Amino acid sequence: MNSLADQLLVLVMLINLVMLGSSRLIFSIRAVAAQGVILGILPSLVHPLSFHLVAITASIILAKGIVIPYLIGDAVHKAHIRREVEPFIGYLPTLFLGAVCTALAFVFAARLPLAPEHRSLLVVPASIATLLTGFLILTTRRKAISQVIGYLVLENGIFVFGLLLTEAMPFMVEAGALLDLLVGIFVMGIVINQISQEFSTIDTSRLRALKEE
Amino acid sequence: MNLTGEPTALLLTAALLLALSGLPGLLPRFAVLGQRLTVTLAVAASLLGGGGLLRLMTGTTGAVYQLDWPLPFGPALLATDPLSTLFLLPLLLVSGCAALFTPTYWPAATRRDAGRLTFFSGLFGGGMMLVLLARNGVLFLVAWEVMALAAYFLLTTDQRDGGVQRAGTIYLLATHTGTMALFVLFALLKAVTGSFDFPPSHTLTPFSPVAVVMLVAALVGFGAKAGLMPFHFWLPGAHANAPSQVSAMMSGLMLKMGVYGILRVFLFFTDLPTWCGWLLLALGGWSALNGIALAAGQRDLKRLLACSSIENIGIVFIGIGMSLIGSRTGSPVLVLCGLMGAFIHIVNHALFKPLLFLGSGVLIHGVGTRELDRMGGLADRLPVTAFLMLVGGLAICGLPPLNGFVGELFLYLGALYDGMTAPLPLVALVAPTLALVGGLAVITFVKAYGVIFLGNPRSRRAEEVHRPGPGMVAPMVLLAVLCLLAGLFPLGLVRLVQPAVGFYSGRAVDWSLLGPLQPPLGPLLLMNGLLLALLLFLALFYRMRLHRLPRGTVPTWGCGYQAPSPRIQYTGASFSELAVNLFGPMASPRRSRPRLSGIFPAPGASFGYRAAELLLEQVLTPLFSWSGQAFSWLRRLQHGRVHIYVLYIFATLFVLMIWGR
Amino acid sequence: MIDGIIHCLVVLLLPPLLIGIITKTKAAFAGRVGAPLLQPYYDILKLLRKGSVFSTTTTWLFRAGPLVTLAAILTASLLVPLGRHPALISFDGDLILFAYLFGLARFFTASAALDTGSSFEGMGAAREVTFSCLAEPTLFVALITLARISGSLRLSTILTYPTPALWRATGASMLLLVAALFIVLLAENCRIPFDDPTTHLELTMIHEVMVLDHSGPAFGLILYGAALKLLVLGALFTAIALPVSTGSDLADWGLFLASMAALAVAIGVVESVMARLRLVRIPQLLVGATILSAFAMLLVLR
Repeated sequence: MNSLADQLLVLVMLINLVMLGSSRLIFSIRAVAAQGVILGILPSLVHPLSFHLVAITASIILAKGIVIPYLIGDAVHKAHIRREVEPFIGYLPTLFLGAVCTALAFVFAARLPLAPEHRSLLVVPASIATLLTGFLILTTRRKAISQVIGYLVLENGIFVFGLLLTEAMPFMVEAGALLDLLVGIFVMGIVINQISQEFSTIDTSRLRALKEE
Repeated sequence: MNLTGEPTALLLTAALLLALSGLPGLLPRFAVLGQRLTVTLAVAASLLGGGGLLRLMTGTTGAVYQLDWPLPFGPALLATDPLSTLFLLPLLLVSGCAALFTPTYWPAATRRDAGRLTFFSGLFGGGMMLVLLARNGVLFLVAWEVMALAAYFLLTTDQRDGGVQRAGTIYLLATHTGTMALFVLFALLKAVTGSFDFPPSHTLTPFSPVAVVMLVAALVGFGAKAGLMPFHFWLPGAHANAPSQVSAMMSGLMLKMGVYGILRVFLFFTDLPTWCGWLLLALGGWSALNGIALAAGQRDLKRLLACSSIENIGIVFIGIGMSLIGSRTGSPVLVLCGLMGAFIHIVNHALFKPLLFLGSGVLIHGVGTRELDRMGGLADRLPVTAFLMLVGGLAICGLPPLNGFVGELFLYLGALYDGMTAPLPLVALVAPTLALVGGLAVITFVKAYGVIFLGNPRSRRAEEVHRPGPGMVAPMVLLAVLCLLAGLFPLGLVRLVQPAVGFYSGRAVDWSLLGPLQPPLGPLLLMNGLLLALLLFLALFYRMRLHRLPRGTVPTWGCGYQAPSPRIQYTGASFSELAVNLFGPMASPRRSRPRLSGIFPAPGASFGYRAAELLLEQVLTPLFSWSGQAFSWLRRLQHGRVHIYVLYIFATLFVLMIWGR
Repeated sequence: MIDGIIHCLVVLLLPPLLIGIITKTKAAFAGRVGAPLLQPYYDILKLLRKGSVFSTTTTWLFRAGPLVTLAAILTASLLVPLGRHPALISFDGDLILFAYLFGLARFFTASAALDTGSSFEGMGAAREVTFSCLAEPTLFVALITLARISGSLRLSTILTYPTPALWRATGASMLLLVAALFIVLLAENCRIPFDDPTTHLELTMIHEVMVLDHSGPAFGLILYGAALKLLVLGALFTAIALPVSTGSDLADWGLFLASMAALAVAIGVVESVMARLRLVRIPQLLVGATILSAFAMLLVLR
């Protein structure tokens, strides 16, 4: 583990905050993509170089940094929405909550029974902070697209945690998780497109009206 | 022993004199003469007490007096110590100033209720002095109630106004809820020590369950009086509706009695638990931030000042909390900086807040309204008041070179020191909080000052403002001069509170405890001097240039608009709107606006803005009206038949006799 | 002694040049030749020799405003170390006085603006006090972080402590601090993206609209004061962002001048490539800056 990895993790946490504070969906998607690319670079800094590692790095960057953002961006483009209009909680309060969550992540990380070699790193706090940010986005935003972004951030948080375990974790599990997500995104993209064509809105708070009586 | 010069005796005499000073004002025939006599007596009491204080501060130890009263609560002790001295000093000063202010502001010749006002003012001041001198729980409560009830009668002086009655009732409810908690406190004190007398300093253990209840009761009872959030709901209404010199005394002095009470009770205990310090720090920070956010949104001058009192009390509690945390974590720097900051701020607030409240009296007297947006342009018409209020406004924002800065400086030093050294520097959060509070204070007071004194008059009455008499200006001048002196020579202020800090922390103030960190009092004096010298130089330079060069006068440039009127000026509400919106839930503005359907609003449509009181309007009022309905069946007990009432008395007696057997 | 004299000379003479560099940079970006570098000096000297026009509404406070503001900023300029040289005056907690002197300046600038009774100036004053209020916590959190790193409460120590080695050791948090302080620098000096000093529409301005009614020598003093504020806060910023020292006194002064010029160019570039933010976004950015500095503190604590 070197200090460069730590600085990249700081960047990951900053991107969390940027996403909480921004209202433009395209901007959020780009931020998620940037976060994905950083996450792709991270394993290669942490572990000794091998073919296996190069494959992981390339596939992660491809999936998180290019394919998924492109798909969501496409959905945004088709649904003609540009910004999250009315979040349940305003941008400033969510930004503030995000900062509090990040601080709490450091507190939680200090309390976890970690192996001593993991204690001094930013991996665990960054992972928890990213997880919490994902939850925040999921709970405070209305648009289905924002929710998808929230899921992605959540997954990124889990991925950061996985960094500690890459050696123990078989490659297939990681790839499987990614694939799951990819399918999830596909389904969501299709669903969103359908909904927006049928109802000309993808505001999830209005989807409650669809329930069966 | 020379009794005539004995400080405690002097102070007790002064308290008695002050309490009775209002009697001549009650004479119906000689109202004007009576009022003059009253003022003379009150000022004499202040001077007499001041003499006593001077002796105390020059090293004489006050005697302890024992009051052998026939009540079954044991002999009551009366004494002085540095902690009481700290609070007595502003008390005597401000009550003297308020008395001087009265005859011009509330002249007996035209006001029928002037006698009542001066009578209760005296009682109010005397009651507070007794609170500070009492060393027995029961005597303390008696004095406390005299103070609290006198304040009620003072605040409801202006009986024509319905708002005054409502504010009075809320105040009465709040103060008695607090007193109830104090009953619990002193009853438990008796249970623990076996007597109502105050125990010697640092003797009780704070870790028993009883002690915890006592601490909480003290916090509720005294916190309610101090206006600490969340017990602040009575404060804005009470301060706004009282006559101005009474508001000055209430804000400058009565709130401090709550602080004094808490400090006195804390002094009983050996070493307070950590939660106590954190709780005070958190409540103080909350009060400071929320208080000033509330103040920023106010449209009524006196409500604005009242809300800023909540802020200042919050700052004092931040200091007290900091010192408690410091004493638990073994950090003498935090103890010293916290106490210094809190105590200096107590003195400071008792200088600049009465100054501002008396100034608000001048404005109400002159313009006839408390509403900011009806004033304007008064700096031309009331130049002296404008200057004095500027001094007060700068001081309350904590800006150098005035006194407000000195107190906050110590709190910042404590916070920064914590940030520099502590493993988990949570106390350091005080610094950004105070910075935010300071920024909001600047918004609040620039708004108030600008809207009142600068620009063009916004109403007819502001244009034709009455000038205040010298009786109203003189006390303000005194307070402003003290603010300036205390700010320019911070060492004097530190010397003043040093004995109280030493007494309270239980060891003499020793700056060497701070190690390499030294309070920058000398450099501050130098910087003040430099600032003033630079200002003087620039002023001379500018004056010289102005005299040499041509000068013209035209109306303010209105961007080409040809028919400007004073009404297009920026109002106070618009000035603070940006900030108020940011602090939304804290400042809780309420707007009423018309529904727009076309380009222009319908004729007669109006826009309204007011600062709401969230706790009072959304929690307490519904709670009380609900409980009023829920317990309406109890009203059947009260039906006006005298013989049944006698039966109640009889029944109570009967029960007591059985129970007491 | 010599350092002291140079300090005073820099404070007195350098500020307008920074403004000149910024305008020149912007002109270069726009493909113009632009005004000469020394134009701000000519402007100020010209204004000092011009007559004044006062509004009929104004009082003594309007005349006192620029004087108090400049006096406060000048006093603050004595507290900040320029380059790697300790400030003229330095004591424990001078950073508190430093921040509060700017508060004093703000109080008087805003009051003088309100004294004209113009609603444009009222608007400008309201924005100025609100945005500065939000910028203040950032400054304090950043200074506490630096105080913790350097173990001192004196600006002179805090700001001369950072070295390239320190950057290598605690890079992430220093980077965050620099970002936060740059935002504060731009906000406090009313530069783009917070305020556009060259716009022609009063409705959108902050600082420039507040001083709209000042004229003659007073306006000259205001221009100089604004430039000085840029110098003082810029010195604070460059001390952290470019903590390079050569060891030789005179070379350090040269380095300082170069770094200030670089900062001015950087501001010019920011102003050329960015647009002004919407008013509602400004608080968000300022709160973001506070969070950045708090984050830096968190990293230092670990």
